[in-house]
Amino acid sequence: MTVVPTRTGTVSDRYRVRNAVLTVITYVIALAFLFPLVWMILAAFKTEAQAFQVPPVFAFTPTLENFQNALPTYFHALRNSLVAAIGSTLFAFILGLPAAFALAVYPTQRAQGVLTWMLSTKFMPAVGVIVPLFLLFRNLHLLDTLPGLILMYTTMNLPLVVWMMHSYMTEIPYAIYEAAKVDGASVAQEFFGIALPLSMPGVAATALLCLIFAWNEVFFALNLTNSEAAPLSVFIGQFKTSEGLFWAKMSAAATLTVLPVLIFGWVAQRQLVRGLSFGAVK
Amino acid sequence: MTAVLPTTVSGTAPAPKRGLRLTPAALIWPAMIYLIATTQVPFFMTVYYSFFRYNLVIPGARPFIGLENYRNLLTDPQNLHILWNTIVLAGGTLILTLIIGGALAMLLNRDFPGRTLLRTLLISSFLVMPIVTAVVWKNMLMNPVFGFFSWVVTQFGGQPVDWLAQYPMASVIAMITWEWTPFAMLILLTGLQSLPDDQLEAARLDGASPIQEFQHIVLPHWMQAIQVVVLMETIALLQVYGEIYGSTSGGPGIATTNLPYFIYQKAFAEYNIGLASAAGVLTVILTNVLAVYLLRLISRTRSSQGG
Repeated sequence: MTVVPTRTGTVSDRYRVRNAVLTVITYVIALAFLFPLVWMILAAFKTEAQAFQVPPVFAFTPTLENFQNALPTYFHALRNSLVAAIGSTLFAFILGLPAAFALAVYPTQRAQGVLTWMLSTKFMPAVGVIVPLFLLFRNLHLLDTLPGLILMYTTMNLPLVVWMMHSYMTEIPYAIYEAAKVDGASVAQEFFGIALPLSMPGVAATALLCLIFAWNEVFFALNLTNSEAAPLSVFIGQFKTSEGLFWAKMSAAATLTVLPVLIFGWVAQRQLVRGLSFGAVK
Repeated sequence: MTAVLPTTVSGTAPAPKRGLRLTPAALIWPAMIYLIATTQVPFFMTVYYSFFRYNLVIPGARPFIGLENYRNLLTDPQNLHILWNTIVLAGGTLILTLIIGGALAMLLNRDFPGRTLLRTLLISSFLVMPIVTAVVWKNMLMNPVFGFFSWVVTQFGGQPVDWLAQYPMASVIAMITWEWTPFAMLILLTGLQSLPDDQLEAARLDGASPIQEFQHIVLPHWMQAIQVVVLMETIALLQVYGEIYGSTSGGPGIATTNLPYFIYQKAFAEYNIGLASAAGVLTVILTNVLAVYLLRLISRTRSSQGG
């Protein structure tokens, strides 16, 4: 809100005009960027005829019919997406939190190496592992099952959990741990009594990111699920052929699919930077 | 008894010195084993499969053919085109997102009404599921007859354009640029905001022009953020899949087929496990060579900046 007016004395009219022009440009670009999304959400409230109409309709009486039409098939995919996203996030935390804690509190020379190695698993393109995983899943009857999907999403999110929680946990002053040690606290007590409660904001931010990534994932979803365990990304993918397509219904389904992530992302936007850059830019 | 103890400790009943002792290694290994089992082991299996003629349609017969799959991959001009597509797609998108994201970051790094709201809204396209992006762009924006873009073109007196058929690669790049620009913007904006004001002040007092200011102060400070964008996007963009699956399915012909989509086709449409594996190995090598090179670059710049 309040600027630091370092140049108060020299603020000229020219400067003010320039600033106003730049602001207008910013708004125009922002509107252009948001347009595809706005267009999609608008179409969700149109009738099918209006959605296809040329020239495009901007003013119309909104209808909820599309949402009603999309909902029955949507719910099954929604359930799968929720289970896969929440399940994999929980799993990634169960495995990742202790590791992050150990790497933060008992930093050894190898700790940095372990962290780098974990990050490097992110360099592994999914296509580099999909073939054996597909065959393995087929033999273990994990294809088209939610546990199978959860397994893969855990792999995807685990490095993120370790990195982000490590960076949050190293920010806790070491003196607190030392005081606890003097009082005879066990490792578990340090973890549950100090590290975890003090890094709760980090847990929330990391969990949001994990949920977003798992929710939006496409590759594993398309190749490891079919119908039974198909999450929303697969469900929306069914709309890809335009023959006999219902744009309004598709828009309604897509709106319902992206809305939770949009809200999560807007809430966690500051943490996004940290999570997306693995803490390299803060 | 428990009422006296702090609530957080009451759950850990067993005496700390006896029984299971938690060492750092015991805390780290579960995560490591999990990652090894789900990334390193399958990758080595991919490498193994890549040496065989292995098609799921012909089970039983799985002859060892050495580097034959790799030779087939690298000598077929069509496959070289796919490799080229992968690089054009990633490189083109990367450059565009850096330019547009950088411009947006600079525009947002000023104070004006609605700035926070605008920044929040601008990250939206990054959060949209790739497949939704693809389906919405393909059908509602790029459709030659009913699409919004065609309507805009005809408003200006042009002919409707079948974007995905006539300019497939450019269309896909435009779509993915839309998706990834917020990422670049967000990271670059954070980089800009950490620039100390006094440096700019000093430069202005010394009479530096805006261009000199940008070149000598903003840009060097920005390098780290730029490198992070380059590294993260390179890794992600080499793996673009959902957008292509949802929009062009790699077509027309192989115009927008990249390595991940190619592997998907080989493995899941033709069941050619051997060839798909070899292509997977190549993708991993390509990604890692680029990632390691870019990481080196980053750590070098960082150490030259003195930490």
